[in-house]
Amino acid sequence: MNTMVKMDAPAKEITLQHGVKVVARDVSVYYGEKRALFDINLDIRERSITALIGPSGCGKSTFLRCLNRMNDTIPIARVTGRIEIDGRDIYDPELDVVQLRANVGMVFQKPNPFPKSIYENVAYGPRIHGMAQSKADLDSVVELSLRRAGLFEEVKDRLADSGTSLSGGQQQRLCIARAIAVNPEIILMDEPCSALDPIATAKIEELMDELRQNYTIVIVTHSMQQAARVSQQTAFFHLGILVECGTTVNMFTTPTDKRTQDYITGRFG
Amino acid sequence: MTMMSEHTAKAFDVDLQELSRMVAEMGGRAEKLIADSVDALAKRDGERAKRVIAADVAIDQLQREIEDRAVLTIARRQPMAVDLRAIVSALRIASDLERIGDLAKNIAKRVVPITGDFHPQRLLRGVEHMATLVLAQLKLVLDSYARRDVAKALAVWRGDEEIDAICTSLFRELLTYMMEDPRNITFCIHLMFCAKNIERMGDHATNVAETVYFMVEGHSIVDERPKGDTLAALATER
Ligand SMILES: Nc1ncnc2c1ncn2[C@@H]1O[C@H](COP(=O)(O)OP(=O)(O)OP(=O)(O)O)[C@@H](O)[C@H]1O
Ligand SMILES: [Mg+2]
Repeated sequence: MNTMVKMDAPAKEITLQHGVKVVARDVSVYYGEKRALFDINLDIRERSITALIGPSGCGKSTFLRCLNRMNDTIPIARVTGRIEIDGRDIYDPELDVVQLRANVGMVFQKPNPFPKSIYENVAYGPRIHGMAQSKADLDSVVELSLRRAGLFEEVKDRLADSGTSLSGGQQQRLCIARAIAVNPEIILMDEPCSALDPIATAKIEELMDELRQNYTIVIVTHSMQQAARVSQQTAFFHLGILVECGTTVNMFTTPTDKRTQDYITGRFG
Repeated sequence: MTMMSEHTAKAFDVDLQELSRMVAEMGGRAEKLIADSVDALAKRDGERAKRVIAADVAIDQLQREIEDRAVLTIARRQPMAVDLRAIVSALRIASDLERIGDLAKNIAKRVVPITGDFHPQRLLRGVEHMATLVLAQLKLVLDSYARRDVAKALAVWRGDEEIDAICTSLFRELLTYMMEDPRNITFCIHLMFCAKNIERMGDHATNVAETVYFMVEGHSIVDERPKGDTLAALATER
């Protein structure tokens, strides 16, 4: 008689078809003496979006940087534990880090286009990775990447203009185009919308939703609403610990840990 | 559920508390309306019945205020998880309480044309008994809402079956009074409709119980409650 509001899994829900792309086992990170992450165990599913949430300083960016070994560039950082992509240990000394970073692209909080033309921003990666045989090849990679990033129509007549001449939202999409130009499988995004207005944010979110058909995306965000909107999986970090991880639907409707509940409902600190 | 800790934004707590308070106030008014309408019926007191009809307006008004406040809170705070459920639940409960108010008003409307009529009081006993049970259900479920008490909500949810059963047997009883003395027919038919209204109030109390359960637990009550439909049971008998 009474039909309850059922938390039916929406179409966006993660399914078993999504294999595990990235596996983190007992991952800890130290900055000198200070330990920033404690034995993180997390499976990231392919062709879906995983959101990392948690209070400032809890280690989200640190964890994200483990996934493409960006922590290697921080001298005092030390990573222990194991991270596998498609079953391959990415901290294996044999592994080509340049290749890894091409396969695992990154988009940062502040759009950071190179002070070069829009075209060059996107062409740079494919060129240094020797991915284009001819100028025509390169042109098509640039166009395809800009199209996939939802930017081509807006910039097709001004490809020679400087990347920095674009608006913030356009710059961020340019950075996404740059990341996907080298044909990665995984895209890491560290608060990609925090410098953008709501419309530009909506465009990036729309783009992410399209990109997840082909890419595995991990996004750090401070917006609970954004995490709830775009992701299929959510992981909640607190004080360097992975407190809870699950489908986004469950995390935002019926989280099991009190700390998660307190955080997502704005009852923290 | 234990008491929630406070939000970082204190005004959010105020919004939620105010919603709960308004629902509680609406519940209190609905309780009074049930009691008054059945009392007016028992005494064939037309004046009292008219006051019930007028008082229903205040309940409708409260429902609108709850809706406005809930919509504003959602827009302002973008609530998640337990908070979102609390707001959605306030909306749902307000709509059930509004229906209860309407049903009490329906009973009161029947009183007006029979004001001053004399009928043996025993005819009324069953209806009064049902009303007492439904009032107890409503009181318990409002309490379960205020205290976020799932055990009480479940007790209400299970208790509705008894009310349905009593309604069915009351119909049968009223039929015998009508056969006994045809002068009872008009009054007994009024009573049948009133009984049906009270039974519907019980259903709304049950809805509220389901909502409270959902609000606290985050999922709905799973097992189906056996449902005895009074009219169907009566029709298929003999
Ligand atoms: N380069 C670094 N050198 C030393 N300590 C660092 C460094 N980067 C991060 N930390 C420390 O590691 C912890 C985790 O930082 P991290 O940047 O991963 O947090 P976060 O969750 O991304 O925070 P925010 O939401 O503010 O970006 C913090 O205590 C921080 O001070
Ligand atoms: Mg960070």
